[in-house]
Amino acid sequence: MDARSPQKQIITVVFVLCALILIVRLFVLQVVNKEYKVTAFNNVLKYEVIYPARGLIYDRNGAIIVDNQTAYDITVTPREMKDFDTLAFQEVFSLTREGMMQLMDNINSQRRKIGYQSMVLLKQITPEEYARFLEIAYKFPGFAVQSRSIRGYETPLCGNLLGYIIETDPKFLEKNPEYKAGDYIGKTGLEETYEPYLKGEKGNTIYLRDVHNRIKASYENGAHDKAAVPGKDVVSTIDAPLQAFGEQLMKNKVGAIVALDPSNGEVLTLITSTGLPAEYLSNFSKHYSDVIVDPLKPMFNRAIMSAYPPGSVFKLINGLIGLQEGVLTPETKYGCSKGYHVGRGVACHAHPSPVNLQQSVMMSCNAYYCYVLRNILDNPAYDNISASLTKWRSYVESFGFGHKLGIDIPGELSGTLPSAALYDRYHGKNRWKSLTIISLAIGQGEIGATPLQLANMAAIMANRGHYFTPHIIREVVGDTLFRPSMERHDVLVDRSHFPVIVEGMYQAVNSAPGSGATARIACVPGLDICGKTGTAQNPHGEDNSVFICFAPRENPKIAVAVYVEQGGFGATWAAPIASLMVEKYLNDSISDTPARQDILNRVLQGDLLYRVLK
Amino acid sequence: MRRETNFFKQLDWWSVVLYLALVVIGWISIFSAVYDPEHGRIIDTTQRYGMQLIWMVSAWALAIIVLTIPARIYPMFSGIVYVLGIILLMSVLVLGAERNGSKSWLVLGPVNFQPAELSKVFVAMALALLMSQPHFKLKSWRGSLQTAALILFPALLILMEKETGLALVYASFLLVLYREGLPSWILVFGLAIVGIFLLTIVLPLLTVLWVILIGCSLVTILLSVKKWPIFLRLGIFTLLFFGVPRLLSLVGIDVYAYVEPAQLFIGLSILLLLFSLIYAFVKRISHLKVVALCAVCAMGFTFSVDFIFNNIVQPHQRARIENLLGIDKDIYGTGYNVHQSKIAIGSGGLLGKGFLKGTQTKFNFVPEQSTDFIFCTIGEEWGFVGASVVVVLYLLLLLRIIAIAERQKSAYGRIYGYCVASFIFFHVFINIGMTLGIMPVIGIPLPFISYGGSSLWTFTLLLFILLRLDTSRQ
Repeated sequence: MDARSPQKQIITVVFVLCALILIVRLFVLQVVNKEYKVTAFNNVLKYEVIYPARGLIYDRNGAIIVDNQTAYDITVTPREMKDFDTLAFQEVFSLTREGMMQLMDNINSQRRKIGYQSMVLLKQITPEEYARFLEIAYKFPGFAVQSRSIRGYETPLCGNLLGYIIETDPKFLEKNPEYKAGDYIGKTGLEETYEPYLKGEKGNTIYLRDVHNRIKASYENGAHDKAAVPGKDVVSTIDAPLQAFGEQLMKNKVGAIVALDPSNGEVLTLITSTGLPAEYLSNFSKHYSDVIVDPLKPMFNRAIMSAYPPGSVFKLINGLIGLQEGVLTPETKYGCSKGYHVGRGVACHAHPSPVNLQQSVMMSCNAYYCYVLRNILDNPAYDNISASLTKWRSYVESFGFGHKLGIDIPGELSGTLPSAALYDRYHGKNRWKSLTIISLAIGQGEIGATPLQLANMAAIMANRGHYFTPHIIREVVGDTLFRPSMERHDVLVDRSHFPVIVEGMYQAVNSAPGSGATARIACVPGLDICGKTGTAQNPHGEDNSVFICFAPRENPKIAVAVYVEQGGFGATWAAPIASLMVEKYLNDSISDTPARQDILNRVLQGDLLYRVLK
Repeated sequence: MRRETNFFKQLDWWSVVLYLALVVIGWISIFSAVYDPEHGRIIDTTQRYGMQLIWMVSAWALAIIVLTIPARIYPMFSGIVYVLGIILLMSVLVLGAERNGSKSWLVLGPVNFQPAELSKVFVAMALALLMSQPHFKLKSWRGSLQTAALILFPALLILMEKETGLALVYASFLLVLYREGLPSWILVFGLAIVGIFLLTIVLPLLTVLWVILIGCSLVTILLSVKKWPIFLRLGIFTLLFFGVPRLLSLVGIDVYAYVEPAQLFIGLSILLLLFSLIYAFVKRISHLKVVALCAVCAMGFTFSVDFIFNNIVQPHQRARIENLLGIDKDIYGTGYNVHQSKIAIGSGGLLGKGFLKGTQTKFNFVPEQSTDFIFCTIGEEWGFVGASVVVVLYLLLLLRIIAIAERQKSAYGRIYGYCVASFIFFHVFINIGMTLGIMPVIGIPLPFISYGGSSLWTFTLLLFILLRLDTSRQ
């Protein structure tokens, strides 16, 4: 035969060409293209995340406030699922028919996509549901219980202070690539600020898995596995029993209580009412929709966000500025006939007249401080009122007003403090004078302070002229580098001017009956409480009830500010609440005397919500 | 018995070595694909590698038996074997067991057996016998009808057993027929029909038309004005399609701003075809008429396939065809196999992950990893180098078989040899091409390597009958 037949040649060429095609294709797949190598890893490596235990939160006395508990989720592996009794399933988890159908839709939509992997079906089932499910779990092939660590609350405290844990959302993940879907993060309060310490480090075990998602072996004998590092515990300065007590007192009232240790700026309590109920925290996402529509705005942390008019408590600062500026002496006396009757005028209540500085504090005379503010603003030492107001403002700022104090939970606002520029804008340049802004004398008008700023002011009074940055976390356990921010700030008023004002505060609480003292209701024998009431006008309804105090008079241990929206006079609600807080903190309990018990019961039963919700 | 003294000298040892190499590679790959540390022993018939060892040894025994039978027996009994084979194929339809939707298995005690595989042997023998008859003429009506009937009847039976892949293997006889004088235009025409059909389904209509027109224009240019040198004609073609728009753009006219490149090409092609048709009529050149006619027919065919496929074929049938062609990119559904197969092979890299270290095949991500997709294990564990070596081994064996076929003195031996080469070629190219995602997923095994007794026995028989014939060629 002719070995050189053209057909033989062509067939040979075809064979060689086809072999070349295969080899080129192999080269493209195996050497040129890298994508398949990654996909192969994704196919076969199963990362099992080990979630670390989140750090605990302690109170100032070493009691655990927040710890970790186990929650149970129901998971399902759609491929392993068989027909099951949906009615029984419905009963175990108390589902409605629609709910059940929605679940089944959910499973069916994921079924093909996830293959042999499993998905979480029901989150955080109740212990009763867990028990019921375990009993008849054999009836539901493919369903399983998966445990997860959630936050446990030993002492139910206000959620705005503690914060809560919630699953990361896609938006957050975009900005924070170090987090993965399914991670939980701390939101608001201490959980958010101290997230970097509390969260710990995730670990993982890498397995080789087969196509059915069955684990076959550990990947390279666990050489790449990582143990989870538990989160660090934090010790807070919160006095848990006091905080809980204060929350009880604020029940059915809207407002805030802030208590500080004046000697170092440690926050003893930080209460906002109405706040996030403690029982919502462990499963916040479930209650989210309720919280959002609540007209009392529980997410709004009044203690650090609300710019309240301080009212008469602000007189203390005007008095101190007057003394420092030399336009006022402790002996200066002014008469008051139920008010200051120049210009628009400012009304006052009935009290003995004339009064000196100390008495003006004790009796909270409005007219006295109108004279004081005009002396400050119309001081001939300054060219014009803009200059004197700017000077006044710098004094007030040194008391912590008009800016954030820098407390270590998120959301703090700065309050409001007027400037000359503001009044120029309001009234026109040179179109305003001291009389125009006379309400500043009594802490009304364009000034707004957060309850934290008011408590800080009480601490300044207690310290006679300085404060420390308020902070809630004292220590991160096992982190020697952590230091709480507790910088000392001295106010621009000389310490020598404080005693007369403090004496006035002492008299306001501790004077004999009939002396005209405004806060006698706050008197607790033996505690030497020094305080100042405020009754802040409120365009939305009744006056707001304000009280700041510290105790004892010498070596003060606690400084408190109480603000009760629409509570009326300062002495009606704020003063008794503050006195109860001081007594509870210093004496550990409220004395059995009928007078104190009456006050306690009146506060506990007081319900002012109807005024606010009106 | 003069021949017997030369037997060992005459035996084509190259083929035997290549055969043994492929079979051993096959066994190693099967071992690796199904390896489970719990079954540590090599001879373990509960495991596929244990069974394959039995198939291998029995296949070698079979090879030895084949080599001891006198060569003249094979042509003599080809007719009887064919008839017996047909009966066997028919009996499967009645007695066969169903497996994975096909009814092609005979259960003989503990052994399952697939006559559709074995049919290759007797059809090849019968075809060689028929075509080696002294008066046989392939181009005569009688010859072509006999040939067609001989090939298509068993193919039809296999189709009825629902072994589409094994039936399609019979298409490889075209290569044998081509070698034995089937006019090449039939082959080209057939390939063109299949090609256009596939292209129409895979690509947009406009693109297919574009391909046809460009092709026909190219042929037109090549056939016309034969006086000019070929590079000049190709140059004109290139200039027309690529150069003119470029030249126009140089003088500031951007042709592509007004028309799509495809539209421009089609327009130019139609002009060219019209021109060549007129030119052919004037100059009475029949080639050009044929080309122009072909272009019109091809376009008509394209339109009708497109119309039928999209309007008349039922959606589920369409899905099946698309799936067959790998259009379905649903990697969780029908496209899963090929996707995973590409991952397994692609992850092998240049040198592979090493013996028993392939994760994709071992953990069952690749389906059928010891039978149809066995090449994935090779690609994953031995990488580009190992996979290429296997491809080259097949190529060497194929070239060797062609050389053997061509040196046969009898037409029977030559035709039979080409049958063997065609089968191996078809199986190898389709199977490996399928795992690489360039061929449709047709379930046919990789010769000598895939797990399975029927396949290994069949290919061993095919090869060793040829080697036996070859030892007696003088």
